[in-house]
Amino acid sequence: MIYFITQTLNGLFSAALLFLIASGLTLVFGVMRIVNIAHGSFYMLGVYIAYTVIARTQSLFLGTLAAVLIVACTGFAVERLFLRRFASQPLAQMMITMGFALLFRDAAFMIWGGDPFTLAYPVALRGSTTASDIVFPIYRLFVMAVSAVIGVLLWTLNEKTLVGARLRAVVDDPEMAAATGINVALLSGGVFAAGAGLAAFGGVMGGPILGGYAGMDLDLLPMAFVVVIVGGMGSLKGALVGSIAVGLIDNFGKALVPELSYFTLFAPMAIVLAVKPTGLYGRE
Amino acid sequence: MAESNKHAGDGPTASAKNAAIGRSFTRRRKTVPGVPALALKTVPVVVSILALLVAGPSVLTSYWVGLLTQMMIFAILAMSLDLLLGYTGLPSLGHAGFFGVAAYTVAVLSTAHHAGFWTCVASGILLGTMLSAALGLLVSHVRDVYFLMITLALGMVLWGLSYRWIPVTGGDNGISGIPRLEAHAGLPVTGPVAFYYVTLLVFVVCGVFMALIVSSPFGFTLRGIRENESRMKSLGFNTWLHCYISYVMAGAFASVAGVVWAYYNGFVSPTYLDLTASSELFLMVTLGGPGTLVGPALGAGAIVVLKNVISAYTQRWLLILGTVYIVTMLGAPQGLWNLRRRHRAGS
Repeated sequence: MIYFITQTLNGLFSAALLFLIASGLTLVFGVMRIVNIAHGSFYMLGVYIAYTVIARTQSLFLGTLAAVLIVACTGFAVERLFLRRFASQPLAQMMITMGFALLFRDAAFMIWGGDPFTLAYPVALRGSTTASDIVFPIYRLFVMAVSAVIGVLLWTLNEKTLVGARLRAVVDDPEMAAATGINVALLSGGVFAAGAGLAAFGGVMGGPILGGYAGMDLDLLPMAFVVVIVGGMGSLKGALVGSIAVGLIDNFGKALVPELSYFTLFAPMAIVLAVKPTGLYGRE
Repeated sequence: MAESNKHAGDGPTASAKNAAIGRSFTRRRKTVPGVPALALKTVPVVVSILALLVAGPSVLTSYWVGLLTQMMIFAILAMSLDLLLGYTGLPSLGHAGFFGVAAYTVAVLSTAHHAGFWTCVASGILLGTMLSAALGLLVSHVRDVYFLMITLALGMVLWGLSYRWIPVTGGDNGISGIPRLEAHAGLPVTGPVAFYYVTLLVFVVCGVFMALIVSSPFGFTLRGIRENESRMKSLGFNTWLHCYISYVMAGAFASVAGVVWAYYNGFVSPTYLDLTASSELFLMVTLGGPGTLVGPALGAGAIVVLKNVISAYTQRWLLILGTVYIVTMLGAPQGLWNLRRRHRAGS
């Protein structure tokens, strides 16, 4: 029973990280139909930039801030300079993001080398907490809480603000939205930058545990894609449900049948696709 | 190009992006009804390439013979993806998976189980084809970006399986010690040149089959689905079945390439079926020109040469490859072979 609860908590921790990454991916897809292969690179760049800034300034806060801002700006530039000219050509956009994924990977290797590292734990969040025989690291609980807060913020932004209303209009029908005076281009750039920033934030949040290593950019990406496919492409709610499902399934899969850990992810996706091709909360 | 979706034909933005291929498609059909469209301007090029390939080993060093063998294997693979991406308009981003599964089948059977040559070849092709038949059921009803995403995830699952299923696949270390094809098949001749001609034979047979497929009524139906699926549906075509068959055939040809690759390389590892490999295939097809077969084959050759030559000089191969992606999309999004065709049409 203790084992079961601990594994569930671990799964929810993975879900929290996945949500940070997949929510950006799904928003970018919903607004712009971009299959963003470079999303994993943003996640990777987040950890690496935070690592460098923290090493210089000894401040976790500054490191996180710098990682999110720099990566968001990079994302904005990629969207503005390269992706926008291929609007509504998903294949061309995918190829461009693939190109950038390779560029970022090699650039990261050139700048930071291939040695794995982990970020330092925040002082206040070291150690673990005990509740009736269950020992669980505080930091993991913290990440889950942060992810929940981000989820609520995103939901509020999307459902309760003017920006969110415009965003939903663009998701529904970009041409009509543009005709009513919404600046679709600016909004798209903003969403892409926000998605990149969220991925970087996810990287920093996972930094003390997963750390940074060569090849991490394509490590989490398939899981994020599975989340987006299961949850429904473009749906925030889908990203939440998908993250929790994938986090739990992946964690139990890894614990119970480690050899087939990727395969256990595949089963729920196949079932969802067979029953509802657009994903749980996707639009027809 | 393959972005053609079900709205492309009738929407107000009527397929500006598909114009190049759409035009050449209709133009070819109008000028030569009944004659395989591939057979007109392409024949001299294909014949001269084949003549060069046959004569090649007598003048080239063994390094270049090996490189040409690689180019032909990847040309088969790129052409098989072209059946899907270029002709049917289904952008598969997990295509290296079938290639990898066939290669792994040969590797596992020939090393751990000491199976005979024909068992290895048949099982490799059969397993890859059966896998595409199974996965095809999951993906044949989705289109466009959704197809891209789902095949991407499926491809990554296959990669993950090869990476983590260590007792069978050896994990990151891969499987080495696959016997030489000539020895395994009991051929009287050995060496890279013998292997080269075996590959050439497979390449020609696969190429002819694919050319026949795309110029058959079935192939024209695939193009019709690419251009306007709803119209094809209302004409009474079972578009799901056509897409499914196209997917399975592409998987079968990819498996053939995988089997040859396993023997050529003598070693398989997860890198041959990861996302980078699948998108490299995508690049070969897009760079060469989707929907032409010849273009993707040449694109495959170009990328293989680039990869081998550049990585001999620099460690920064990925930087260059990434740049090739971006420059290709900015400079020739319809592919080089289609540029040539458009140029001819204009002059």
